[in-house]
Amino acid sequence: MSIGGAKKFFINFYIITPFLLFLIIFFYLFFNSFDFLKEKNLLEILFSSNWKPLKGNFGFFPFWFSTFYVTMLSALIFIPLGLLISIYISEYANKKFKNLLKPFFDVLSAIPSVVFGLWGFTAIVPFVSNFGKIFGIQTSGFSILSASIVLSLMVLPFMISLCISLFEMVPFSLKETVLSLGTTKFEMIEKVLIPECKRGIIASIFLSFGRAIGETMAVMMVVGCTIKIPKTPFDPAYPIPALIANEFGEMMSISSYKGALLFSAFLLNLFVLIFHFLFRRVFLKE
Amino acid sequence: MNRYLKEKLFLILMKISLYLFLFMVASLFFSIFFKGISYLSFEMVFSKPKKGFYLGGGGGILPSIFGSLVLAFFSTLLAFLVSLPMTIFLNLYSKRKFSNFIRNFIDLLWGIPSIVYGIFGFFIMVYIGLKSSLLAGIITLSFVIFPLILRSLDELLQNIPFTLKEASLSLGLNKFQMGIKVFLKAIAPGVLSSILISFGRAIGDSASILFTAGFSDNFPTSLFSPVSSLPLVVFYLYSSPDKEVSGRAYAASIILIIISILISLISRRIGKRIYGK
Repeated sequence: MSIGGAKKFFINFYIITPFLLFLIIFFYLFFNSFDFLKEKNLLEILFSSNWKPLKGNFGFFPFWFSTFYVTMLSALIFIPLGLLISIYISEYANKKFKNLLKPFFDVLSAIPSVVFGLWGFTAIVPFVSNFGKIFGIQTSGFSILSASIVLSLMVLPFMISLCISLFEMVPFSLKETVLSLGTTKFEMIEKVLIPECKRGIIASIFLSFGRAIGETMAVMMVVGCTIKIPKTPFDPAYPIPALIANEFGEMMSISSYKGALLFSAFLLNLFVLIFHFLFRRVFLKE
Repeated sequence: MNRYLKEKLFLILMKISLYLFLFMVASLFFSIFFKGISYLSFEMVFSKPKKGFYLGGGGGILPSIFGSLVLAFFSTLLAFLVSLPMTIFLNLYSKRKFSNFIRNFIDLLWGIPSIVYGIFGFFIMVYIGLKSSLLAGIITLSFVIFPLILRSLDELLQNIPFTLKEASLSLGLNKFQMGIKVFLKAIAPGVLSSILISFGRAIGDSASILFTAGFSDNFPTSLFSPVSSLPLVVFYLYSSPDKEVSGRAYAASIILIIISILISLISRRIGKRIYGK
């Protein structure tokens, strides 16, 4: 190989690093959990809730169910809140207020997740515990509801700033024309703004999902970490990231346990990928 | 329903959600601030933990602040050095189709949760025979930062007007000169601000270094010694039954909040220069 050829080879190799890195992570998780899956029945692992690692029973149902429960409940909070707030800021708020709020979202999204977790621990957990008492539910406060509230606040700044930039891309003349027809502002938003940005809104929701599902520390500090199938939002749960963070340091001695945890990481990665592909499908579909 | 009533209801709903959001944010700052401020002393910030620090003994968290800064600095540097040539290549040299193919994977890498990077970093650490140490932490964190910084640099370069490219080529510059002398200069403030944003992100990220950076009471003496970091201090201390100890978690998170807000404000300041007002 000539020098030029070697250089070219090296550059090409370097440039596909993102591609390679992704494949390596994906297949590392896949093959390590593959050994584990060979010994067990996939359906049984996914749908059993019998979790006794030392005896070799790995039922993943409580974990991935918790992950979905927390993410979906937080979506129920952050989707309407995010949409309402971003519509208000982009369409109703005056310019001064708008310019004041915009850097505020940047600053908020820079705050570390541990801090959000700590806030959940001091403020939200007691709040949820008292809130449960109103309905006559005994709860410690470490629950799915607390985790979803904390998660929503973490995701909201991100989603709001995405949505605001979407709404601002809608040409002003379009809004003006509709308003000049005698509609109220709400009708303009309902009939023009939202349909115009529909795809972008859905994409930003998927992107926020992807962020929420992998969040570890903040969720772990408020979710209770109890291996049980959660029923009501006031029950504690045990999402996959928390499982990995809690157990990963201790599992090296038992090989099937290691396989199980890597499998759970693989599942988590798969969920994130699915959301990401949905995002791309929606966003890039012409 | 009357359409004006509808409008009014909608407005009220929006205001309620905005105030709810602002209230939650205010509660975030105030609850942590009031719980932590009484524990935030000179000794807390500027001294090493003494014996029995985690049981209520004296001392401070300086090694963790230092550790966090070192971890974030070197991982951002590493990620930046890897991603800068890559973005220049993606935008100037390679074919559009190929660049977009690679960009897909940058986006996918960006989506991977940091705890998964933590596992992957742990795997690499074991593979090359390291113990949990500063070096392992830096490597793992740079994996987390790499897609972030690569993506923002790429976006900056993509937004460079075509006329600039045309003008510099018409002056007889080759691609390399154009990349270094024209493009990098044009996006320099943006580069700086994206580096700072990544730095802030690296300081706050805790899930990835949970298994790889270790924990220690001392300053790291070499690349191979374990290092403690601010988020992990918060994480290990917050649930302590001793009030004195758990108060330190709040004090540590006040420091963390101040650092990340400062970084984000500075990066905004710098970033403004390129984007205008």
